[in-house]
Amino acid sequence: MEDKKNISEAKPVLEVRDLSIGYHKKVVCENLSFLVDKGECTAIVGINGIGKSTLLRTLGNLQPPLEGDVCIDGTSMWEMSPNQLARRISVVLTETVASKNLTVQELVALGRQPYTNWIGSLNPIDREKITEAIELLELKDLRGKKCHELSDGQLQRVMIARALAQDTDIILLDEPTTHLDLFHKVTILKLLKSIAHSTQKTILFTTHEIEMAIQMCDKILILDGCTNPFNAPCKLIESASFERLFPSDTVQFDANTGAFRIQK
Amino acid sequence: MELKNPSWEYIIWSYRIPKALTALLAGAGLALSGLLMQTLFRNPLAGPFVLGISSGASLGAALLIMGISLLGGVLSASLINDITLAIASSLGSFLVLFLVIGMASRVKDTMALLIIGLMFGSITAAVVSVLSYFTSSEKLQQYVFWTFGSVGGLSWSQLGILSTMVFVGVLLSIRTIKSLNGYLLGENYAQTLGINLRTSRYMIIVATGILAGSITAFTGPIAFIGLAVPHLTRQIFNTTDHRILIPAVLIYGSCILLLCDVLAQLPGQAAVLPINAITSIIGAPVVIWLLIRKRKMIF
Repeated sequence: MEDKKNISEAKPVLEVRDLSIGYHKKVVCENLSFLVDKGECTAIVGINGIGKSTLLRTLGNLQPPLEGDVCIDGTSMWEMSPNQLARRISVVLTETVASKNLTVQELVALGRQPYTNWIGSLNPIDREKITEAIELLELKDLRGKKCHELSDGQLQRVMIARALAQDTDIILLDEPTTHLDLFHKVTILKLLKSIAHSTQKTILFTTHEIEMAIQMCDKILILDGCTNPFNAPCKLIESASFERLFPSDTVQFDANTGAFRIQK
Repeated sequence: MELKNPSWEYIIWSYRIPKALTALLAGAGLALSGLLMQTLFRNPLAGPFVLGISSGASLGAALLIMGISLLGGVLSASLINDITLAIASSLGSFLVLFLVIGMASRVKDTMALLIIGLMFGSITAAVVSVLSYFTSSEKLQQYVFWTFGSVGGLSWSQLGILSTMVFVGVLLSIRTIKSLNGYLLGENYAQTLGINLRTSRYMIIVATGILAGSITAFTGPIAFIGLAVPHLTRQIFNTTDHRILIPAVLIYGSCILLLCDVLAQLPGQAAVLPINAITSIIGAPVVIWLLIRKRKMIF
């Protein structure tokens, strides 16, 4: 019953069906199927090398899939032109920007490229979106600063602002919390969640902060190499899905506290 | 003193003005192609010749000057003049350029292109040194003079060809402004912004080839301008936006090469110094001074 209601009312923005990802003939991860709704904040977790970043790169159209389909609002993403796709999906990668000489304002403004004319002039709507993104991520005072003058946490916020200025339905982030301390990790995750809920954008990000993801995300996709469960965190705890994530003789998941414990 | 002196008029119209115009065009084109290469490779050390364009041109010139003389002595003297030199060196640079473009479709990584360009440079340098080893000293001297570079000696019709080529190169570069700005984020980000990497890469390479190739064909290799002018421009215009940088490097490059040309031909002196040496002697210390003052050079 509830499933039917979901399909009729909130159509999934992102629909992944039987997706296999990898490089050339080497399959990294297969049988991926999940639906993400509008305004949901979803974490992708899994052990190193399981294919989290590969999945994100595939969804961001940076590498072709091996099999399967990904639909955005019912349209297959590989049928869209690069520009159409750039209006639907924005990506924040782990790699840093090539030119650290860009100012915060310039970098965020580059997010408007899919909408601007052949030479890249900004119209009033573009400017408005840029200002909105800068204000939402509290970057107003940093506007004129160059990227090499920023701390890691500030730079991450700038990159998120750029993705936000791109004004896409879906934002993908690859490990947005690495290199940050606990406080900044929580700040970024809280921010992602509030962006997803307030702007109704769908956010997917990979992370190693499983305990934080359990507390903060609407849905979690666990890449475990076989069933790859996707559900709300509490449902995943009930179904004991986190237990299979790591070898149990090293770390074990405690369902009561929602945390991992080191086995001595 | 008579104001209308026919020989002065001749010197000014047929020699000095074309020379100044050549300097303006060459400076603008080289500086622009340097900017294109620095952005494409996201490397502050890139210049117009990283793709092997100047080595291709020097191979063409070397083959004409020294290669033909190895084949037949009488033939060579009548064949070598300014026009055939320009043709040979442009053929050389375009040959290398097409090879590089051919490779560009096979390699996915732009940085690999940079290394391929360097390798082409090494191969042509080796061929040139083999040729130099076997050639006569007279021919060797002629080749060395070509490598000095010169913005003089172009006729009005040659100047017409050069300005058309530079104009086409500038138009192509203007067409790639949006992609160039996207490249500032890196190739992956550029792709997620909807930029077609393959098309824009071709356009940037072809624009550079037309600019640097045609200029080198007419003037010989001119060092430094393409590498340094984009950096000097970034010091003045505090921006990374190519909508501003492209016109800025065009103006700046032409001014600097014209200035170098004036210095190469100091008033009251009969001798003209090689322009290739002047650009480096004056320009390199300026860049070093700017860097020491600013402490860092961030692309």
